[in-house]
Amino acid sequence: MKTMLKNLAVGAVAALGLASLSPVAKAEDPIRIGSFLSVTGPAAFLGDPELKTLELYVHQLNENGGLLGREVQLVHYDDSGDASKARTFVTRLLRQDKVDLIIGGSTTGATMAAVPVIEQARVPFISLAGAETISTPVKKWVFKMPQSDRQAARRVLTDMKERGLTRIGLISGTGGFGASGRNVTLEEAKAMGIEVVADETYNPKDTDVTAQLTRIRNTDGVQAVLNFDFGQGPAIVTKNYKQLGIELPFYQSHGVASDSFLKLAGDAANDLRLPATALLVADTIPDSDPQHGVVTGYKKAYEDRYNSSVSTFGGYAYDGFQLAVQAIKQAGSTDPAKVRDALESIRGYVGVTGTYNLSAKDHMGLSYDSFRILEVKDGHWTLVE
Amino acid sequence: MFSEFFQFTFSGITLGAIYALVALGFTLIYNASHVINFAQGEFLMIGGMGTVVLVGAGLPLPAAMVGALVLATVAGILLHRLAIAPARDADVVTLIIITIGASIFLRGLAQFFWGKEYHALPRFSATESLSIGGATLLTQSLWILGIAVVLVVALAVFFSRSKLGKAILATSMNKDAARLAGIKTQVILGVAFGISALLGAAAGLIVTPITFTAYDVGIMLGLKGFVAAAIGGLGSSTGAVVGGLLLGLSEAYTAGYISSDYKDAVPFVIILAILFFLPNGLFGSRAAERV
Repeated sequence: MKTMLKNLAVGAVAALGLASLSPVAKAEDPIRIGSFLSVTGPAAFLGDPELKTLELYVHQLNENGGLLGREVQLVHYDDSGDASKARTFVTRLLRQDKVDLIIGGSTTGATMAAVPVIEQARVPFISLAGAETISTPVKKWVFKMPQSDRQAARRVLTDMKERGLTRIGLISGTGGFGASGRNVTLEEAKAMGIEVVADETYNPKDTDVTAQLTRIRNTDGVQAVLNFDFGQGPAIVTKNYKQLGIELPFYQSHGVASDSFLKLAGDAANDLRLPATALLVADTIPDSDPQHGVVTGYKKAYEDRYNSSVSTFGGYAYDGFQLAVQAIKQAGSTDPAKVRDALESIRGYVGVTGTYNLSAKDHMGLSYDSFRILEVKDGHWTLVE
Repeated sequence: MFSEFFQFTFSGITLGAIYALVALGFTLIYNASHVINFAQGEFLMIGGMGTVVLVGAGLPLPAAMVGALVLATVAGILLHRLAIAPARDADVVTLIIITIGASIFLRGLAQFFWGKEYHALPRFSATESLSIGGATLLTQSLWILGIAVVLVVALAVFFSRSKLGKAILATSMNKDAARLAGIKTQVILGVAFGISALLGAAAGLIVTPITFTAYDVGIMLGLKGFVAAAIGGLGSSTGAVVGGLLLGLSEAYTAGYISSDYKDAVPFVIILAILFFLPNGLFGSRAAERV
């Protein structure tokens, strides 16, 4: 209970005080938070935990007296992963529902389809999708919660450098995620003085990549291997890596930082490292860690309520919602321009994804070291110090 | 140097064995009706996913496997009864389009009821891989290859010795004449769909320890299997195996010796070349069309 309260503290405790002071609170108009997420369709694994998280915390906020003494209302539409639907729903949120702020866009496609409409309407928008284009260049009304793949690449390369590994092999899928990951890895490696000596690709639906891995293994001087992709491809790469008996340190990207990857890859995943948010090691994170309270609190609240395990994606929704609450509180109203300015001024918010330092130049606010390096030991994630 | 070559070859055999097993499933329905069944990939999916789901429901693995095979066979018979049989007078192209629709329908059902997650199944042998000449070969690949060979022999015996097999061939050669000879052609077609689904599901089961399985795994496997069948000559079971291995080896050698970027292009060049010079595939019958 204590941890739960602590987590709610961001907005709820203060609001509780306000609410008890003003008994007429409920008579005022509710604060309307709009949302469009991919709750069904191919991106449902993103949208489903995101919506559940928003519903959970909106409910809790209202139980504790709402925000600024007003009730918070969540207006939600399911874009089912379809960008053109996302655009329609955002228009409806802005024109018809007249929402004060929008949290949503599970996929980059849905987010980018909504951006022009939102920029025109001048309403703060917190996106839950990952691509760099969402926040680079900075768009006045658009913020985003997840790290970009560039940060993941930099985190992995930093860890390699710390271990003295400077000549690496890269194997990536040819799908959107893998191809973009390959590009940023090559750029970041160049900037950091790491040489990519082997650069192989595979089709995301391939069932065997031993030929590519053999090429990497036989490259002169290769010291470590990075696989950048998501879905089942990396599980096959991991199995093949083990099958070939390659002894070099092996890295995966944040794209497979989930328990389902461990289940697919089985024993072969042991000893590999990858960048992930602290949420994945919520059970073992030390008490002294600044994220300890927020991560364990969110995990417990979510798993108690929904009886299914927490995911990184729901974590983005948690951070987005808490930042929105904090910004509205700080602005003292729902005036869009004031809320936007307040969002932009938030520094040092400790969330489940990392510590956010937003600014006029950075609408994402996380640095690459918000990613933790995890290592798989006996089929479990462990934090590498 | 040689260990590299061995590894590429083994990689190709692993891929090729999978494609060959899938390709075999196409031959039966094609032999019976000249229809290319594009829902064949979904039978594979039912084999793999069905087993995973039944294991999840608490059944022991062997029972789950049998359950999945039965489920797929029923699905195959129903596909014929509900979708193909009502359109019995339509031409072959229409029937092929019906199978494409059926594949989308089956995929949708699986997505809705079984979810979208990827799943794995344990391999058949205790040892994971063998080391030969500095290269490794998965034991599961040997299982796949062995079962493919057994199926080729079984299909050859089935078509040349059994009454049912002969009836299927007769139906494909001339439906009207077969019916005059007392063969219930619609029943025969239903049986062909059922057996074909059974073959597909068995293939799906056997390849899952390597490929994993999910509701949409049939798209890629089905497509590659069809390509392998087309290279080998549709309707020839030997051709299906040779076509599958050829496809797998060419992919592995391209990825190994040229570039992984061109891996998917080279097989298509081979297919174009083969279909251009040998329109019936490597082992296809070159019988003249009757006018």
